[in-house]
Amino acid sequence: MKLDRRRFLQTTSATAAVMAAPGIIGRAAADDTIKMVSILDQSGGLDIYGKPMVDTTVMAVEEINAAGGLLGKQIDLKTYDPQSNIQFYTQFATQAAASDKADVVHAGITSASREAIRATFNRFRTLYFYNTLYEGGVCDRSTYCTGSTPAQTVEKLVPYVMKKWGKKVYIVAADYNYGHITADWVEKYVRDNGGENVATEFFPLDVNNFGTTIKKIQAAKPDLVMSALVGGAHVAFYRQYAAAGMNNSIPIASTTFGVGNEHTLISAEEGNGMIVAYSYLQEIDTPTNKDFVGRFQAKYGADAPYINELAARSYEGAYLWAEGVKKAGSTDLAAVIEALDTPVSYNGPSGKLEVEPKTHHAVQNVYLAELQGQKYNILETYEQQQPADTLLVCDLVKEPNQSKFYFENGLEAAGIK
Amino acid sequence: MDLAIALALQIIYGIANLVLISLGLAIIFGMMRVINLAHGEFIMLGGYVVVISTNHGVNLWFAMLILAPVVVGLIGVIVERLLIRHLYGRMVDTLLATWGLSLVLIGLITTIFGAQTATTISAPLGAVPIGEYSTSGYELFLIAVAIVLSVVVYLALKFTRIGLVARGTMQAADMASALGVSTSKVYAITFGVGAAVSGFAGALLAPLTGVLPTIGATYIAKAFITVISGGTAILAGTTSASVLLGGINGIVSFGIGPTMGEVALLVAAVILLRLMPRGITGRIFRKSL
Amino acid sequence: MIRSRETRWSLFAAAVGVVFLFAAPQVFELFTIINLTTVLALAILALSLALVWGYGGILCFGQTMFFGLGAYAYTIAAINIGETTAPIFIAIFVAAAFAAILGYFIFYGRVSDVYLAVITLTVTLIFYSLLRSTSGPEYKIGNALLGGFNGVTSPPLNIPGDPSNVLYPEDMFYVAMAALILAYLFCVWLTQTHFGRVMVAIRENELRAELLGYDIRLYKLALFAIGGGIAGMAGVLFANGIGRVTPDIFNLYNTALTIIWVIVGGRGTLIGPVLGAIALFYLTSGLGTQASINNNLVLGIILIVFVLLVPRGILPGVIGIWDRAQSRSKLLRSEKRMRRRRAPRRPEQEAANDG
Repeated sequence: MKLDRRRFLQTTSATAAVMAAPGIIGRAAADDTIKMVSILDQSGGLDIYGKPMVDTTVMAVEEINAAGGLLGKQIDLKTYDPQSNIQFYTQFATQAAASDKADVVHAGITSASREAIRATFNRFRTLYFYNTLYEGGVCDRSTYCTGSTPAQTVEKLVPYVMKKWGKKVYIVAADYNYGHITADWVEKYVRDNGGENVATEFFPLDVNNFGTTIKKIQAAKPDLVMSALVGGAHVAFYRQYAAAGMNNSIPIASTTFGVGNEHTLISAEEGNGMIVAYSYLQEIDTPTNKDFVGRFQAKYGADAPYINELAARSYEGAYLWAEGVKKAGSTDLAAVIEALDTPVSYNGPSGKLEVEPKTHHAVQNVYLAELQGQKYNILETYEQQQPADTLLVCDLVKEPNQSKFYFENGLEAAGIK
Repeated sequence: MDLAIALALQIIYGIANLVLISLGLAIIFGMMRVINLAHGEFIMLGGYVVVISTNHGVNLWFAMLILAPVVVGLIGVIVERLLIRHLYGRMVDTLLATWGLSLVLIGLITTIFGAQTATTISAPLGAVPIGEYSTSGYELFLIAVAIVLSVVVYLALKFTRIGLVARGTMQAADMASALGVSTSKVYAITFGVGAAVSGFAGALLAPLTGVLPTIGATYIAKAFITVISGGTAILAGTTSASVLLGGINGIVSFGIGPTMGEVALLVAAVILLRLMPRGITGRIFRKSL
Repeated sequence: MIRSRETRWSLFAAAVGVVFLFAAPQVFELFTIINLTTVLALAILALSLALVWGYGGILCFGQTMFFGLGAYAYTIAAINIGETTAPIFIAIFVAAAFAAILGYFIFYGRVSDVYLAVITLTVTLIFYSLLRSTSGPEYKIGNALLGGFNGVTSPPLNIPGDPSNVLYPEDMFYVAMAALILAYLFCVWLTQTHFGRVMVAIRENELRAELLGYDIRLYKLALFAIGGGIAGMAGVLFANGIGRVTPDIFNLYNTALTIIWVIVGGRGTLIGPVLGAIALFYLTSGLGTQASINNNLVLGIILIVFVLLVPRGILPGVIGIWDRAQSRSKLLRSEKRMRRRRAPRRPEQEAANDG
């Protein structure tokens, strides 16, 4: 970090102490509780992702507290709503780190927001959990990325659907970093499995008329369409695709459809037959998950949102961190990191979730499922998938002192491809 | 050949889409000089009326063609009476007021229905084959609706008494008022009709798009640009700007890609306004409606 | 009479700013000081629009475009050069130059009013669309990759001439606050020069000003470019406050928000929009610390109530109350009437008259 310079030490004694003795100052002062902060969008365009994540985070903390808390202390959870606005992300991140003296912050949905706040947490030596599925590539000693990355899901999905439907693949993706990187992985796995990429097309996030592309797909006659479309406007693609009668002739597979609960925003007929891959689905048939879903619905009522990977992982992320604290016996940053890297694991709704110490990502189960009647039927379960993409570039065991986002400018810039 | 026909239809649909999402804004702006920043939210409300009512067993066609415009139109009248009425002659303050209104509507819908509402509807009318291609029958229906809607607005303005009064008020509010027209009533009706048309558009698009509280943001900029590029004539302006901008968008989207299609639309609007500083109907079709 | 009162008030406002500059770090918590850089950057952006729109009558619906250009230009230049003093000036220059080019395009084409608003909005959205799709490694300027939707990390400011001596976020506050005070004084000075008075004349009646022999296109162009430069400087501070530039700067929400600050603060004043931006920032972020009521709902209701109750914006509203209190006790009626006659005419009257 560029910011860790000598002048900083001179500015004020309080901040200097934070730098010099991470984890003691401030945290010791408020010793009766453990401070956790959550910064997730609960209003604005990203609230379809953020609201369920906040719900499950609150639920996890309430459960931990009801069970006696951590290290005999209660967790004091503060939730901030940055309203889908990056200036409020940095505002709240600074507040969490410098004023609330948070022991851990669970925050961020988009990569842009994560990168903006990660710098702040680095500087104040604050432990940071990012529980969103994303493009991979973050390599930072005090950051844990628990969501799935494209190599984990795309690697399983592509061969499965190619075997089922055929080898000619047409890719449609959102025109931003995540969409591009996901499309790159899809292209790679299509090639690796002996398939053919017919075309790849990118769409701005606010486009909601897909007519010409649907005609192009009709002209190209692929065996299947792989979608990495993201967000509310892109829901239109699936609906217009079905309206043109395409859903019955060329099937769609995706690792992004459903993460904003898109499968409830389109009708059953429009979505039937689509195949997706996630590391969590509400329909997972285990006692732990059924219990979890039951408790969630009891807490948030009959019209509680569908629990997607983001929501479930926010819950599991809180528990995973709690396991680390328990094992460390303190909330000291270095101790918790060391404990998390042993590695700790947590058996949650999605199955076993384990920290991968080289990358600070998670080893997790991946599920393939088919959509029928706005519900998923799980087709395959792949146990304990490694974050293979981030592992290609990141080794925190060898080089612990780094804080880098390797895929900031795509895979090619990171030397992959 | 089949491809050419299918594509042509697609581009015409893109134009019709632009007409639908812009016309409500054009009515309110053209008649009242109010830039309604809550326009996108009126479209969103139309979609919500359809999704919520069909979830409660209401027939889709009834919800789209009747319920949505009526409900959103009434909301428009209420908004005009409570808020906009106090701000006539203060165009800039209406920017702030309608911005606030847009936030309120998003917040209200999110509070009542959550960040998303599950839907059960899909586009009716099935797919229509065009040789080896197929296109959505419902999109063809929307093209027809856009044409009919434009014709109805034209006839209403041109041949009905209300239309005459409205045009008179639009051209010279003082004079109309002096001649005994209740301009306040005319404005209330105009705002209501504008809102109803926006709600109608949102309802019609509901089976083809995602309906979310925040979805209005995807419409407002495009509608705003289309209406202003069209100039002061409500109908001729909006339709001619839609044809131009929608056509360019469709062709470039197909030829280069969707991102460039969006950019081309915007660039075309900038160049157009430079060449015609009062919009298309500021220069040509001046006498039109 | 009035001008001297305005000057007194302006100097008073600047003095309050100077006091704040030195007092704030003693009074506020560290995180507040760190975050103030961002807030002050937005305040300067509001100031630039207050100048262009409030004084010049140019309804620019894309002031964030110059702000964003400044932020990007600063970041890209700083990455390439390796220090940040020259990039500050490069950023201001790029923003002002682009404003001049766009201004030439607009004013010499005689585009005005709401059509001008749409051109500026549209150009802003073009930047938004283009920058979002630059995520690949092929999009680079020198050594700086543009980074697409995720944006680019901005290097922090360094002491001039000493690239290794980087300012800390809390030190940035002094820079940002000083920049705001200087920009404000510059704007006050500008509005009191001959140039500024001609601008007001143009705002009040374009045709009359033109018939008096002023080249109104040139005056508007100059003001637009100056406003662009100030917004560009604000962009530099914003890049430092956030530590990152992203295309979101150019989105519709942010550009509309700039307009909202000016309306809330009061058009026709310079300090009003500055206060408007700061007040709305803290109001919105304050709402973000609660989760019981939807933030959009609360903010929207506040804005609507505000526009109905305080029609002229914060500052003119306050001055109005002050004046009424004063006139009741001291001033003669005639003077009051005189002042009312001199009150600026509003741009929307022109808008309402055309077409």
